[in-house]
Parts: sequence; C-alpha cells; structure tokens
Amino acid sequence: MTELPELAIDTTATFVVSTALATRDFQDVHHDRDAAVARGSKDIFLNILTTTGLVQRFVTDWAGPRALVRNVSIRLGVPCYAGDTLVFSGTAKPDGPDTVVDVVGKCSLGDHVTGTVRVSAP
Amino acid sequence: MNAAIEAEAARLKELGESKPRLARDPVNEPMINNWTEALGDRNPVYPELAPPAMVQVWTMYGLNGVRDDDDPLGAMTKVLDDAGYTSVVATNCEQTYHRYLRPGEQLAVTTRLSDVVGPKRTALGEGWFVTTLSTWYVDDEPVAEMMFRVLKFKPPEPTGSVIRPLVNQDTEFFWAGTAARELRVQRCPDCQALRHPPGPFCPRCGSGTPDYVVSCGRGEIFSYVVHHHPPVPGKRLPIVIALVELEEGVRMLGELLDVSPDDVRIGQPVTVDWSRVDSDLTLPVWRAVP
Repeated sequence: MTELPELAIDTTATFVVSTALATRDFQDVHHDRDAAVARGSKDIFLNILTTTGLVQRFVTDWAGPRALVRNVSIRLGVPCYAGDTLVFSGTAKPDGPDTVVDVVGKCSLGDHVTGTVRVSAP
Repeated sequence: MNAAIEAEAARLKELGESKPRLARDPVNEPMINNWTEALGDRNPVYPELAPPAMVQVWTMYGLNGVRDDDDPLGAMTKVLDDAGYTSVVATNCEQTYHRYLRPGEQLAVTTRLSDVVGPKRTALGEGWFVTTLSTWYVDDEPVAEMMFRVLKFKPPEPTGSVIRPLVNQDTEFFWAGTAARELRVQRCPDCQALRHPPGPFCPRCGSGTPDYVVSCGRGEIFSYVVHHHPPVPGKRLPIVIALVELEEGVRMLGELLDVSPDDVRIGQPVTVDWSRVDSDLTLPVWRAVP
C-alpha cells in the first residue's frame, strides 16, 4: 500500500466555470450563481465531468505519464461549491499486473467524491 | 404510478441501444488543451493523446443541444418527472477505457437503459435509481464505456424545521383532524367521558374502543408558561405555551400567538386557529378573543 501525495485544488468560481466550459457542460448551475441559488444551491458547483477528470489527474500526477488509465469508478457525495478547497488523498495497491488506487476527494462539506482508479503500465 | 414507471422502464430496456450519435468535432488538440489548462493537468502525453476522462466531453450535447428522442435517460426522466420525482442527483459514474484516443478520431456514442430501481427511501427523499450504459465507438470499435446512475427523487416539502409530533394509532385521529381544521377530542363511546391527550383506554370505565367529538375550539387559559430557553427549532423566543380549558371540559396545550408574555392572564378567552406547516402537518394554536 502506497500513500499518494495530496492534491489540493482551490475551486474558485473561475475554476468551476472554466472547467465546466472545457468539459462542454453548459448547465447554468455551473456558471450562473443566481440560477444556482434559485435552484436551491448555495453557489455554483463543480460538474461531474470535472470531478472525474480531477480524480484521473490526481492519479496520473502520481503514476506518471507512462501509466495508462483503464477505469475510473466514482461515487458522488456532497457538492463542491465555488470558494471551497477540494483535497484528494489516496492509497495505491497492486492488483495483478495493474495498480488500483482508492481515492477520496474532500471539501469543507465532507466527501465530494470517493472511488477507485485502475492504471496499468504500458 | 409505480406500475407506469416500471412499464416505461421495461419498454425502454427492450429498445436497447439508442442510435449512434456523432460527436460534434473529431478528437482535437484545441479542446484537449482547453481541458488540460482548465483542470491544471500537466501530463505530457496530452494533447498528442486525449485524456481518457475526456471521452464524455466529445459527445456532450453542448450549449444548444437537444436530447435525441431515443435517449433512454430523457424518456425515463419524463415519466419520473410526471410522477412527481422531479429532482435529480447523479450518484455513480464508472468509465472504462479500452484505449487512448488521438486527435482526428471521430467518436459516436450509444446509450441504453440498464435498470430502474425504486421507489427507495433516501436521505434526499423518495426516489428511483436510473442506470444507463453508454458505449463510445470509433467506427465499429468500442473504445470506452460508462455506467451512469442518477437518483430521481421527490424533494421533501420545506418543513419550517419545526419539531414534528410523533403520530401513532392513538393520536392519528387528532392529527387527521388538525389537517382538516377540526379540533378533535377523544370520547369513550361507552361512558361518554371526554379525555385529552388521547390514549388507548378510557381512564374512567376501561373501554378500549375510543371515539371522538369535534370541539367548538373555544376555551380559556387555565395556565401558561413563557418559554425563554432552550432554543426551539423554527421559533423566535420567547413564546407563550398555554394550557387551555376547552368549553367541552378537557385541557389542551398549544402556542398562544399574538399575545406578548406580559399581557397573558389566567382566564383569558381564546379560540383555536391553525398553523399549516406542510401537507402532512397542521398544528393547532391559540389566539386571544378580543
């Protein structure tokens, strides 16, 4: 079992908006605070495609460019609002020829995402 | 209602995969660069290869996109919306990548309904878990798959965060009465004695089959307390809680509205009024008779 180095992301409003648009997710709750509040949210919040991408980035930052990502399996928890900090931690263990990393991404409200990433050597 | 949901789920499952829908653009470096820049991903294999987690990005509907008619999540959403399960939250996403994609490759995606499970009680409210499976193809080659699960749920009505009464078989008639704006008082059908609060047996004759009468709702303050502390959810303190002796003879507790603590007096005439909390709960309250 290997602990991965932590990755902390300041999920500023700019971060939430630019990642939502870069993932072609134009739902208003990811870029329009008034609309998000009207729908019962505290603020705009991170979209799922970004969460998936950050989980992948957290693992490849550690595993290196030669690692091939085979599978990302996540369970979504509390929303990560603009202005929060999202901190990823994880532990890696070998599984046959692959490595499986258990990942947790926490923000101030609790677990934003938990899941596993399977990577293999090329 | 559940049968209609299950029938639609069965119909959509039977339909299988939706028609392949082409990505707007082939896999391309500018969109990869936008993605890596926004997410802060400095993996040097990009943009010569596409980040695997971008697979869904290529086939997003976009700013003005309209879901295809045969998209099973769209059809399932409609039937659940119609049944009152209007809110949605994604709960699980599992993506499997068979290989990395390169700029120039043209993707298409198909989606099929995997299953619909419910109704389930969840922390968010009652809802149905809807699971879809998507497959991305380059020509005829499947390159990635995704299992995506959402919870379609009925948002609970706002409760005003009051403390809710425990409703049991002895008190059910009373709360059904308040919902209908009737102040019901338990009566023994054998000896005619009235009693409150409700209980299973008549304290006078022991009969175990209670009945009720509807009170006129008028009475006088028999006693009261001014509650300053501890805090009560949904209330700004102090509040006056009055024990009212109804004209029928039983005494009943409730909040006395619109009378400041200094102006309450024993013997003051009051009448019942209703404080609707939500569709499940209406509380009786007292108002002073001028």
